[in-house]
Amino acid sequence: MSRYTRKTLLLEILMIAVGLAFAFPIYVLVNLSVRRAGDTSSPIAPTTSPTLANYADAWNAAGLAGALGNSIAVTAISLVVIILVSSLAAYPLARATARWSRWAFLLFALGLLLPAQLALIPLYQSVRDLGLLGTVWSLVLFYCGLQVPFSVFLYAGFLRAIPAQYEEAAAIDGCGPVRTFFSVVFPLLRPVTGTVAILNAIFIWNDFLTPLLYLSGSPQQTIPVAVFQFVGQYVADWQLVFAGLVISVVPILLVYFLMQKRIIQGFAGGLKG
Amino acid sequence: MADTYEATAAPPATGTSTEAAPRARARRSRGRAPWWFMIPALILYAYVVLIPSVRGAGYAFTDWSGLGDAMSFVGLENFRKILDDSAATDALVQTVLITLAITIVQNLIGLLLALGVHTQIKSRNFLRVLLFAPAVMTPVVTAYLWRYMYAPDGAINGLFEAVGLGGLAQNWLGDPDIALWSVAAIVIWQFAGYSMVIFLAGLQGVPRELHEAAGVDGAGAFQRFWHITRPMLAPAITINLMLSLIGGFKIFDQVYVTTGGGPGHSTETLSTLIYKNAFQFDEYAYSTAIAVVLAVIVAAVSAVQYRGLQQQKGAA
Repeated sequence: MSRYTRKTLLLEILMIAVGLAFAFPIYVLVNLSVRRAGDTSSPIAPTTSPTLANYADAWNAAGLAGALGNSIAVTAISLVVIILVSSLAAYPLARATARWSRWAFLLFALGLLLPAQLALIPLYQSVRDLGLLGTVWSLVLFYCGLQVPFSVFLYAGFLRAIPAQYEEAAAIDGCGPVRTFFSVVFPLLRPVTGTVAILNAIFIWNDFLTPLLYLSGSPQQTIPVAVFQFVGQYVADWQLVFAGLVISVVPILLVYFLMQKRIIQGFAGGLKG
Repeated sequence: MADTYEATAAPPATGTSTEAAPRARARRSRGRAPWWFMIPALILYAYVVLIPSVRGAGYAFTDWSGLGDAMSFVGLENFRKILDDSAATDALVQTVLITLAITIVQNLIGLLLALGVHTQIKSRNFLRVLLFAPAVMTPVVTAYLWRYMYAPDGAINGLFEAVGLGGLAQNWLGDPDIALWSVAAIVIWQFAGYSMVIFLAGLQGVPRELHEAAGVDGAGAFQRFWHITRPMLAPAITINLMLSLIGGFKIFDQVYVTTGGGPGHSTETLSTLIYKNAFQFDEYAYSTAIAVVLAVIVAAVSAVQYRGLQQQKGAA
């Protein structure tokens, strides 16, 4: 282990400067969100008489309460379904040795190659025919199908590293396949379930194109679309816009800072699955 | 990070039971993991991804407007139209350019950040958390933030004036010559920390003793990086390239929110054009043809990179 030398100190100062440069947009975001309407000083000068009134105004004007509820519901319901169906599907894929399992694996691999843009538009009609257009259920359906291949891969990669002895023991004790899965296999998958949940949750929460298509013109919105419409409406009231942006990004940043270690680990390691 | 992940991945029990297993056990094991466990996932996946993708590819060879039932087979007409449509060829070129810019700059910055953070500095954990934070933020929100920062009287020009470089002030999103690069910079700012985190996971797999031994033997910092770190980083490089290439080719949010593809078509990308043709111009079949082009590009990139990753795994 090397010591903390003068060179390390110089690097420390340099890296903190880089960190501050990266944080500069966040400073601007917060700084302008507390400005009063008539304040025309430079956007980089610290606001002299800050106000929190913009936050209350933006909260009411943007209908962010409803959007927040929808975003939470869509993310939570999609996650439960994705985790359940993907872990179930990965189990035979990782364990079976028959030829069909290789074909099934390739079929799921195909899903990793197809960009959502190709399916998004034809699916629009199916969703409309189902009467789901303009409801959050169209999003839940889309995310569940779209994220299955990726999640199956994470689960299957993890399962292959687990020896089958636990399951064999359960089978000897008389457990059927369903019971073996839920009481033995699924609990063993806990670490990768965390990764699957984190990666999918952040993708679903932040997705813009899908709700833009499927919820357009409906009162039901998720956060990204609510922000989009809000800014479109109040484009000149930038202090109001910035307060709205802060409110809409606080929930995910809060979750991030509370679980940063697990989230960074999920992003760094999850893709290797 | 990757080490801890893999450590949790390895359960306490050892021994490869399946390899030594006789056929009877294989049959039993198949019984425990029945194939029908895949049915719910397959139904969802087929309904949402496979069937619509096939249908989309089929529409690309018709003249359907998206409204009504009138539709006839037109062969490769839509693809020929792409070549004649300057908006589409511009979008294709610009998509490639912005993807290359993002891929190169984001990964270079990400690598430098990772090398800077993977040291003895006291702020390393704090910096890691700070630099990754933009990657979890909603792209629509960060894009709007940057749209205001890029405004002629916004924070970027304000910053230049504050340090006496007012001459560098630009109309960042309004000038067709630089708007595309301004949009690329948003993505780079947001996801450089993501690249950093993946490089860091790779760096943690490089044994420190190797570096120290090479240092004793008189290898300089750059030599040590090139001959020791770089080869060990190969999987991280592949993963990072794959993520930024695919993300770049599919870019929509940042473009749609900041410029909407303008000024003119100077920031139009394949995804914004697909959206506009399908939902604003009622050129439904044409938009699916552009989507097929995008799908072929993304699939080709993924396939090449996936092969690279498998080869690295084989070599390791």
